[in-house]
Amino acid sequence: MSAYASGWDRPADLQKGPAGIPDPQSTEVPAELRAEIEGHMANYPDSRSATLPALEAAQRLHGWCSPEALEQVACVMGVTPAYLEAVATFYDMLETSPVGRHSIYVCTNISCSLRGADALYEAVREAAAGEPEEFNVRAFECLGACDLAPMASVDGVYVGPLEIEDVPRMLEDARSGRPVLADKQLATRLVADPQANSREFPPHGLQEASRG
Amino acid sequence: MSEKLLFADIDEPGLNTLEVYERRGGYDSLRKALAMDPQDVLGELESSALRGRGGAGFQMGKKVSFLPKGSMEKYLVCNADESEPGTFKDRELMQKNPHLLIEGMVIASYAAGADRSFIYIRGEYVLQADVLEAALAEARGAGYVGQDILGSGHSLSLVLHRGAGAYICGEETGLLDSLEGKRGNPRLKPPFPANQGLYQGPTLINNVETLCTVPVIMRIGGAQYAELGVETSTGTKLVSISGQVQRPGNYEITLGTSSREIIYGLAGGPPEGRDVKCWFPGGSSSPVLTAAELDVPYDFDSLAKAGTMLGSGAIIVVDDSTPILDVALKVARFYRHESCGKCTPCREGTNWTVKMLERIERGEATPMDLEIMASVQEHIIGNCLCVLGDAMAMPIASIIAKFKDELEEHMESARLRPPSVLVSA
Repeated sequence: MSAYASGWDRPADLQKGPAGIPDPQSTEVPAELRAEIEGHMANYPDSRSATLPALEAAQRLHGWCSPEALEQVACVMGVTPAYLEAVATFYDMLETSPVGRHSIYVCTNISCSLRGADALYEAVREAAAGEPEEFNVRAFECLGACDLAPMASVDGVYVGPLEIEDVPRMLEDARSGRPVLADKQLATRLVADPQANSREFPPHGLQEASRG
Repeated sequence: MSEKLLFADIDEPGLNTLEVYERRGGYDSLRKALAMDPQDVLGELESSALRGRGGAGFQMGKKVSFLPKGSMEKYLVCNADESEPGTFKDRELMQKNPHLLIEGMVIASYAAGADRSFIYIRGEYVLQADVLEAALAEARGAGYVGQDILGSGHSLSLVLHRGAGAYICGEETGLLDSLEGKRGNPRLKPPFPANQGLYQGPTLINNVETLCTVPVIMRIGGAQYAELGVETSTGTKLVSISGQVQRPGNYEITLGTSSREIIYGLAGGPPEGRDVKCWFPGGSSSPVLTAAELDVPYDFDSLAKAGTMLGSGAIIVVDDSTPILDVALKVARFYRHESCGKCTPCREGTNWTVKMLERIERGEATPMDLEIMASVQEHIIGNCLCVLGDAMAMPIASIIAKFKDELEEHMESARLRPPSVLVSA
């Protein structure tokens, strides 16, 4: 763990040559992960297109895109770890250092920030500060839910509009595996346009957390 | 008031399932299209004059007709990477009516002669991707997607591809690189994707809303669709309204509706006792308009004439309680973070704009800084591979031009603050 603790943000060791494609003979890859990556590779004319879904699958298993995770993906896909590292560092949702179990993305872009998102983010960060292994709190770019502003995505579940008072309950729900803020989920909301529906419809069902 | 084509009864329970979608006449447009010649389907799209709903506003039928003829492999890609700040219309469509998008894609692929297709959805949209995945499985099972669709001889594979969080992947060539499994760096254009796109093959890329409109056009006819809206902006448009308004959300409007009607009539205007200071008509990358420009008709050409753009159809309202400097900083910081760094004017321009705005905030700026900042924006626009840099330069330039007095005032009052405050800030 300690060797990885600093993540990828470290100087390269120039004494060593770049790693090649991992040897399938000596690289152990969990069978389920291998099957999932191969399933993705079969979807595309060029198997390298499966890079993002493959990294996502490895991150789900390992918690972040660790050197071990990249090694396994590289082995199945037949690419170098450096190729995957270059890709992983480009995308916000791929973690290149160890993070907490539950991801909490607080949108702090313009529409949310006009409605108090910056104070909300500070409140979430403060509330989760003592538990870095439990929570991965990040200020995120526009999550495409400005109608819920200010909002957050908790393990992939969109909730909002949030108030500072909702923060403890949001963290507690995530920690205990309950549906997060059941009364504030995007999934249950009806469209804002009052003339879209010709008659009254009931609210939709809840969304289960996708991971955690 | 306004006809609902995409949002009609969108909250009907089970609309995301094949059963309810078919009961409401779903996939009838596909049957109608497959019984026609692909050229005639394209003809309907062209006569509808439907303009792309993703941001650029290019006519969809024309885009299809740009694909080369011949038997080479062609691709259709749906851009579902909705990430322009303020935009959330595609989210609602995919989550509640996924079959409409699938049907639109099958029809578009038939017109374009493509037999492989992809939906590139942003990774953050977990719920929407799960809903689409389930709908896709149903559509495949019913023979609407796959080999020899409904006995027509047309085949289409459709793969849902989840992104991993990068604004630039909404730019069509960045999206293609990302879909090929690389960093999402934009490509030099030309060649345009219609000639060399995904895997170097001819590729048609359209936004979710554009493709969702295709079954509607097939149902009512292209000419009928063109009757809606105004001459150069036909049909209805989903508008996402957010920021300091009383009823934020998605609304379907007829193009050409007055902007005041949308902001005040539909969204309720700013909170009680406050007024509109400025508003972004088409996402955070569009030049801002002021309260004096609220009567501009909301359509592509009227907004262009007003010096801004319809973009993705995302209106962000800022009321008079918010300092304009805060708005400029938010916008500039976002584009600095999302710049892929490939082109110098964008990478450096976004960075220095943020730094100069921060100097104003800290009271270290001189009046000359506003002029320098304005000239930085001029040097970004049109000088990069893609328009990400422009997307910051356009709103920032408009803010400097329209709110110069307020920025100067801010500069002066920040400069006169006691030094202790400066240090702690």
